[in-house]
Amino acid sequence: MMDSYFFLIPIALSMGAVGLAAFFWNLRHGQYDDMEGAAQRILFQDDKPDVPDRR
Amino acid sequence: MSRADEELRLASRAVADGLLQTELSVPGIHCGGCVQRIEQAIGKLGGVETARVNLSTRRLTVRWQDGAEPPPLIEALDRLGFAAHLGEPQQDKRDPVMAGLIRALAVAGFAASNIMLFSVSVWSGADGATRDLFHWISAGIALATLLYSGRPFYVSAWKALRHGRTNMDVPIVIGVSMAYGMSLYDTFHHGPHAYFDAATSLLFFLLIGRTLDHAMREKARGAVTGLARLIPRGANTLDADGRQLYRPLGEIAAGMTLLVPAGERIPVDAEVTAGRSEIDTALVTGEQAPRPANPGDHLQAGMLNLTAPLTLRALAPAQDSFLAEMTRLMEAAEAGRGRYRRIADRASRLYAPAVHLAALLTWLGWMIAGADWHRAADLAVAVLIITCPCALGLAVPMVQVCAARRLFDRGVMVKDGAALERLAEIDHVAFDKTGTLTLGTPAWIETDEAAPHFELAASLAAHSTHPRSRALKTSLPLLPFTDLTEEPGLGISGRFDGALYRLGRIEPDGGTGLFRDKTLLAEFRFTDQLRPGAEACIRELALPAEILSGDRSEAVRPLAERLGIADRRAGLTPAGKVARLEELAAQGHKVLMAGDGINDAPALMAAHVSFAPAEAAEIGRNAADFVFLRGDLTALPATYALCKNAARLVRQNFALAIGYNALALPLAVCGYVSPLVAALAMSLSSVAVVANALRVKS
Repeated sequence: MMDSYFFLIPIALSMGAVGLAAFFWNLRHGQYDDMEGAAQRILFQDDKPDVPDRR
Repeated sequence: MSRADEELRLASRAVADGLLQTELSVPGIHCGGCVQRIEQAIGKLGGVETARVNLSTRRLTVRWQDGAEPPPLIEALDRLGFAAHLGEPQQDKRDPVMAGLIRALAVAGFAASNIMLFSVSVWSGADGATRDLFHWISAGIALATLLYSGRPFYVSAWKALRHGRTNMDVPIVIGVSMAYGMSLYDTFHHGPHAYFDAATSLLFFLLIGRTLDHAMREKARGAVTGLARLIPRGANTLDADGRQLYRPLGEIAAGMTLLVPAGERIPVDAEVTAGRSEIDTALVTGEQAPRPANPGDHLQAGMLNLTAPLTLRALAPAQDSFLAEMTRLMEAAEAGRGRYRRIADRASRLYAPAVHLAALLTWLGWMIAGADWHRAADLAVAVLIITCPCALGLAVPMVQVCAARRLFDRGVMVKDGAALERLAEIDHVAFDKTGTLTLGTPAWIETDEAAPHFELAASLAAHSTHPRSRALKTSLPLLPFTDLTEEPGLGISGRFDGALYRLGRIEPDGGTGLFRDKTLLAEFRFTDQLRPGAEACIRELALPAEILSGDRSEAVRPLAERLGIADRRAGLTPAGKVARLEELAAQGHKVLMAGDGINDAPALMAAHVSFAPAEAAEIGRNAADFVFLRGDLTALPATYALCKNAARLVRQNFALAIGYNALALPLAVCGYVSPLVAALAMSLSSVAVVANALRVKS
């Protein structure tokens, strides 16, 4: 019983942490800057890649 | 290079080698189709590297190669049917406070859910070494969260304490850190209870309220800064050797020679040295009728040159012009307004001491009753946790965010939540006349196109940009006039059918008439056009109203009579308007001020709460608490009704939150509150408050 904790707890916590890190990464790369626009853009026909917006 | 190109270049910033970035505000964008059309059309323009529309903020970001001349962005958008304004050049793209709050919220959410996972195991019976392990892991996660996500609260609580005040954040900080310390002690001594989940979920709920509050403010600010600028960014100057140079506003010094074409605003306070024109002073003095400008006349920044180009000598740089005087008056007025305390702060002033006292009494009571200090402290912490103003923290921002959202849909921007609270309290209204109750543009009284000689007059008027000429526009085919000339102050004249016609000033009384070979054929009378919804606005507000105008009293009277406003003051200076508002405030009135001009800005700041139309001067828009975008004055009563509704919901929310505390407090004092009960009670009261807030209606 105690043995499985040593695997399960770190796995559970690190999965959560990966999600959190992914959210931070999205936030920093401006993926939430234009939520309305993003919802509309999936409907566009021409599939140009997004312009990278780095500073 | 043209003026428009110069303006565009001034509003751009360099992002990479030879690459400039321009931000344009395009309020007309409303769907994905618009986004696609604009991006394609602008992307095809010569020199444009990338074009990207942000649909949420209705802005277009264009990067272009710095070549001989900038791409014709505004013209291209105009062809597509979108009006565009240049955005602020140095506006940083992201709001650091918002990003910080969202990160803190994400961390708190992550921590709260993970700790809750361990807590549920403990509540469902884990004990011994397992429970201790779970408590230790929770303690680790909670510590990191408290340090990271708790920062906004520590900073605000510390600020309040340092100034000898207390706010909502003080009991939060004390509650959270005591709960943490107590739980850590218990974990160390293998105790059965820990409040790590309560401490983190409390931060999570409170951060939701904080983030919403901030998001609302940012949205309004973004929408307002996207509106058109009225004061130019610069002016054409004439050097001693006769060269023309376009200089930004900041570089214009006293003594420089400025060239201001017809249709442009005067950039700084200046004296006319050459040229004769007519000047629209509505934004500066509130006068609706244009005034002549002759050599030697003094003009103030913000006035509009109507008919002919003027050569001016600058009298003061921009920072010492008329605008600067208004800014000084505004600062003085703002200091007076600082007295308003937000309802949440007022509540916390009573709330915080009550909570602390309850916790202290609980501790003392149990000590006297013979409990050991640990048991007593445990109960005191339970009291702090259960009374922590979680629902209170959400009660106000949730309602205000919902209300601001409804207002946004109706085209009203609100600057912050406090404005919503203040609007619900008003008992008196003051209106500016020109540009607020009226549109500031003249309208022809008769409006009957079959009127005698109308066709002749309209055909002449079509060749002039004077506001009165524009009011005579027609759908009839124009008569072919020849030899058209426009003379400032006299009007426009032209030949038709062998006769010389002139449409212009009738001497000596200043009306407008049509002359054939110097004989008067017909007189055309104009009135300032009433803003749509003005009558309905006064009727629906049903509050004592008055007019504070800078215009002459002959111009104010007919309008006041038409609207049924008995109380009117004409010929007021900006300081005079502020003085009148202060007089009303001294009598205990809470006044709503609606105005648009530069001269109204100090009054907008001095009033209890203020409105400005979207066409107002920037300085007025920035001073106002509400900006209505659709040009219809019925936005005022609608907003007022909504704010009263919101105020009622806020009171209900307070009643809910306090009622819940009144119920839970005795339980906590008597020792019936376990961490499980605390977590449940906290979540339920927050959900109840949020659900109630969603009922805001307009």
